[in-house]
Amino acid sequence: MMEKEGGNDLAAGNPVLVIGVGNAYRSDDAAGLMAASQIREKNLPEVEVVEESGEGAYLMELWKNRDTVILFDTFRSESEPGTIHRFEAGAQNVPKDFFHYSTHLFGVAEAIELARALDRLPPRLIVYGIKGENYSMGPELSPEVEKAVPEAVRLAMEDVRKMRTPKQSALN
Amino acid sequence: MRNKTLQVDYLARVEGEGGLIISVKGNEVSEVKLRIFEPPRFFEALLRGRKYSEAPDITARICGICPVAYQITAVHAMEGSFGITVGRQIRALRRLIHLGEWIESHALHIYMLHAPDFLGYEDSIQMAKDHPDIVQRGLQLKKVGNEVVALIGGREIHPINVRVGGFFRLPSKREILTLVERLEWAREAALETIRWVAAFPFPQFERDYTFIALRHSEEYPVNEGRLVSNKGLDIPVDSYDDYFVEEHVPYSNALHSILREGGEYLVGPLARYNLNFDRLSPTAQEAARSAGLSGVCRNPFKGIVVRAVETLYACEEALRIIGEYEEGPETHVVDIRPRAATGYACTEAPRGILYHRYRINEDGDIMDAKIVPPTAQNQKSIESDLRGFVAQNLNQPEEKLVWQCEQAVRNYDPCISCATHLLKPRIVRE
Repeated sequence: MMEKEGGNDLAAGNPVLVIGVGNAYRSDDAAGLMAASQIREKNLPEVEVVEESGEGAYLMELWKNRDTVILFDTFRSESEPGTIHRFEAGAQNVPKDFFHYSTHLFGVAEAIELARALDRLPPRLIVYGIKGENYSMGPELSPEVEKAVPEAVRLAMEDVRKMRTPKQSALN
Repeated sequence: MRNKTLQVDYLARVEGEGGLIISVKGNEVSEVKLRIFEPPRFFEALLRGRKYSEAPDITARICGICPVAYQITAVHAMEGSFGITVGRQIRALRRLIHLGEWIESHALHIYMLHAPDFLGYEDSIQMAKDHPDIVQRGLQLKKVGNEVVALIGGREIHPINVRVGGFFRLPSKREILTLVERLEWAREAALETIRWVAAFPFPQFERDYTFIALRHSEEYPVNEGRLVSNKGLDIPVDSYDDYFVEEHVPYSNALHSILREGGEYLVGPLARYNLNFDRLSPTAQEAARSAGLSGVCRNPFKGIVVRAVETLYACEEALRIIGEYEEGPETHVVDIRPRAATGYACTEAPRGILYHRYRINEDGDIMDAKIVPPTAQNQKSIESDLRGFVAQNLNQPEEKLVWQCEQAVRNYDPCISCATHLLKPRIVRE
């Protein structure tokens, strides 16, 4: 029998779902998409990657029946652009900075909290927020934000590595 | 004299887009300024020099909620410019996929965004704590819409199967029949939705709107029709630019659409309903009447009931299309020969008419593009609703008034990408 860590067993056939959220035409808002795409390039067998606009009800569908989900998104706060914020949705409420306080948007933060209220959170949902600076129309990221993307990816890969059973880790 | 300013900031994902400011002097509303951001300008520039065939997929990126409307409008405009007519099946499948989008968009708005206003909840998360079954029903209903879009479009969010001339692939009858059971459930859920929202408390407010929507000779309008109003307008879509104009307003970087003859207008479910009640199915008409609506509805807050009625209609109509669908003999795509021409199209996106115009050269390159989304057309109407509503309700406690102002903006379901990220309103006293 294989050992489990953190309630996850990647060998059991339920791959980690990586969700990148953002808008590729909104400058720094593309950071989440870029992180997802960098993970996709690694071609890891135990990881599935999707890129989404962040419509909340659809996100809830995506993570249904998943054991482990890692989500990348941008957020706003007083912190420096490029700051990476990691939190585990199962263990804590979504930090205030992640809500867009929108009356017309049902987004990532809303989806997480609604899923919590309806008992539909996956057993493990790790969120990486990258603090964005410029959200105007355009395809370019701010330098600080662009630099933060590979760092967030590295941290997420560390999460994935810890989830692997010792046997799997030895193979990689 | 008491002066106050009700301020509702638009922000969220995209900063600095503007906001909503309502200034009150004494017993009068002195000013309402709605400033919204408008991505279509960026996309119009992006389209220049691209191939005609790229327009459906590029414009679909404007909106995460109504990509199908953008795709269908773009393909219709291109086909119009090349003088192409598609066959009956392709036409029916386009109607079906767009109805799927109506179901998902309406369900999302009714359950996740608008209902909490009426029931006094801060948001759907709070509502879900008291009414988990209702919220689950809303999510399921929305999901059925997604499934229709995914089956016809090949993907749920930005469908990839729609192309100028038809589809990349047509579904088999067996595939399409897999939607029947889900849509039958959705039809019942839509009926329950109508009963649920009909019992909400509605603020007493009406205006003499100019409603503008498509009108088709036989169907409730989705992808085709003439542009009509309740005040005598009746024109083909390619005359849009002769009758409508976009004007700059000093406080907003967005353009406001108005009728050339002067005046604001309203597009969306309320306009469609008022101008096409007779085209709804008997069941949908009956359900509307049981919900207390007649064929005319001028209370914008009741837009939530109209959306629920349209959701029911969309489920029924989707089932009808699926029932009539046959595999072959039509091909999945018709031949395309680009020519230098200008193409025009208008469809009924969930939020109202969406207009596209493209000028194409003989190689099929886009020389220029014009895109007018529904939310841009509703801006003036939103401002006037607020002006009228606040003037009527100045004696209300401020907290309630601000709440209802937000609710009034939400009546229009302003497009998340095209317009609107509203912060919680705050009041600034002078």
